[in-house]
Amino acid sequence: MDNQSKFNFKHNVEKGLADSELRSNLKFATNTLRAKRKALFADPEETHALRETGRNIKARVLSRLPKLLGKLEKNCIRNGIRVHWAETTDEANQLVLEIMDKHGAAKMVKGKSMVSEEMHLNSFLEKKGKTPLETDLGEFIIQLNNEPPSHIIVPAVHKNRRQIARIFADKIPGATYTEDVDTLLKTARKILREHYRTAHIGLSGVNFAVAETGTLCLVENEGNGRMCTTVPPVHVALMGLEKVVEKLEDVPPLYRLLCGSATGQRITTYFNMITGPRKKGERDGPTEVHLIILDNGRSKILADGQLQETLRCIRCGTCLNHCPVYTRIGGHAYQSTYPGPIGTILMPQLEGLDKKGALVTASSLCNACEEVCPVMIPIPELIRRLRNEHWDMDKKGVLKGRGSKKSILEALVWKTWKFTCTIPWINRIQLKLMGLSGGFLPEIGPLKAWTSVRTKPVFSKKSLKDLAKKEGIRHG
Amino acid sequence: MGKPNSRENIFSRLNKAVRTVPAWYPDPSPWEPARLTPKERISQFKELMTAGRSEVYPVKGDEWVAQLKKILHERRINTLTYGPETEIGKVLATEWETNDGSTRLIPWNNTIETFRDELFKIDAGITSTMGGIADGAALILWPTPEEPRLLSLVPPVHFALVRADKIFASFTEAIKKLDWAKKAPTNSLLISGPSRTADIEMILQFGVHGPTDLIVLVVE
Ligand code: SF4
Repeated sequence: MDNQSKFNFKHNVEKGLADSELRSNLKFATNTLRAKRKALFADPEETHALRETGRNIKARVLSRLPKLLGKLEKNCIRNGIRVHWAETTDEANQLVLEIMDKHGAAKMVKGKSMVSEEMHLNSFLEKKGKTPLETDLGEFIIQLNNEPPSHIIVPAVHKNRRQIARIFADKIPGATYTEDVDTLLKTARKILREHYRTAHIGLSGVNFAVAETGTLCLVENEGNGRMCTTVPPVHVALMGLEKVVEKLEDVPPLYRLLCGSATGQRITTYFNMITGPRKKGERDGPTEVHLIILDNGRSKILADGQLQETLRCIRCGTCLNHCPVYTRIGGHAYQSTYPGPIGTILMPQLEGLDKKGALVTASSLCNACEEVCPVMIPIPELIRRLRNEHWDMDKKGVLKGRGSKKSILEALVWKTWKFTCTIPWINRIQLKLMGLSGGFLPEIGPLKAWTSVRTKPVFSKKSLKDLAKKEGIRHG
Repeated sequence: MGKPNSRENIFSRLNKAVRTVPAWYPDPSPWEPARLTPKERISQFKELMTAGRSEVYPVKGDEWVAQLKKILHERRINTLTYGPETEIGKVLATEWETNDGSTRLIPWNNTIETFRDELFKIDAGITSTMGGIADGAALILWPTPEEPRLLSLVPPVHFALVRADKIFASFTEAIKKLDWAKKAPTNSLLISGPSRTADIEMILQFGVHGPTDLIVLVVE
């Protein structure tokens, strides 16, 4: 789905809004996640201080990014990890394929990785005759149904138990329909454990990569991440280049912020820290560990003093849960790897305003996302910046597709408006005319869309200016 | 592998870009959760581990063996794997020599390549730990050649031994006290409970891929 069909945001929004089952699934799940987060971060002062620490840690990372990445590379290599660099997602896909081919591997078990979604790795590998298997339960469910994730933390958040039961019954040979979550889980467990045992390659994302020690940190609850990074003979880790942190001591506050914001947990079940492949004498663990560091536009984002704040994101997903737009239309409407507020600011930067510019309309600028963001990204401000670049009236934009929204008609309307407001005699005529025609505004164009759910504005016969004059109020 | 100049291109863009970053940022203030007395640590550890659906049994010194045997017997656990060269491994081996009960003890002697198929069939595994953390709470595991990584992951039941005097107040404290940055092995871990998911309708379920039960013996 993602990217393959043409992106028509308005159509997607209408479809999402009309789907009452989707809306009730989303409402339930996001309400639960919000309540859990709130319960954990109950002390506002403490939370604020922690968020400030998080913001400053990530800001400091960005200010030293090339240096830290160099250090990370050096330390990983010292630990025996093979480090690869990919400028584009194509290059990253190719790297994964080369590693698989080198080992004659056909089957890959995958832990959750948003970067792999960004790469469309699964469809790439399938085209090359490989079998990538999602193992995170949510990802497993939607892969069965051939769908992309709709949330960056809870990929199957748009599905309820009955829908999942149906997918299992339809897609898993031999499974019968049951809504018993325990049974569903046992079915998945049995299938997946067999795959771990027999897969040639395990793939994972990276939550934090520690420069000082060359350690890859993975945050998870299910244990599938540990399976994927420990059982198969080869482990491939994917990370966006902004995931590096300076020191090990930076990890605990970021980790608390991540799990608290994502699921309202104090701590996840597993915090998995990997410093290299199996050493001599060790009895398990992969014999090769590869780290693929992806740029895909991130270095360009860093070049803009304001937009670079986007790179602080730790992918906690809480902005999605708090967004009045996301919680109503769902993740698929965005037709993008990253939905919700973070997607709104990130996707147009990664893919261009010409392609994903429509996303910047998906905000009421209510500020909820900024208030909860664990690293204090000023999302609404960045949305406004992107909206401006979408029109690019002052021609100062830097993004791909800037000004793609500019229209001659609209420019003309604003020009005319300027005249009617700055030249007194035109202004007088305009006010008269509006007063006379106020009741009969034609319902076309934007007014038609506006009035479909609101009452039509009516101009008063007398302008404010006239009324003020009558009251004897003067202005210079 | 990959395009030979990707790395250079990325670094040259980054080096140029980094000039736009403000020259000064406030230093992140260190974040440290509440300090706790040793007693408070133990009780908070027990409380939070239990809340996370682990079972916690305080035991005195060598009594852990008896407690372990009791649980193995009660739950009809047929097979238990362990690292025979470890301290607890030696205790187990001697104990089983004299009185081998109904549970079969399976030592992990080989590399995973030879042991994998058998391991996936074993009911339970036992490991020692580097300690625990009270703020969380979680176990700290630093797997060793003698006590491999998968001992705490593949068998459906995981027994873990924690020394009460090795329970740290927080992750931050453990990083400092254990000199984690310098001394950590190939893989180090925090484990706060049995494997879990809430991916289906936010319903919390235990035992997805890893252990369904985590049984912690706190040795005082
Ligand atoms: S933008 Fe902030 S709230 Fe949203 S996913 Fe990233 S870190 Fe979380």
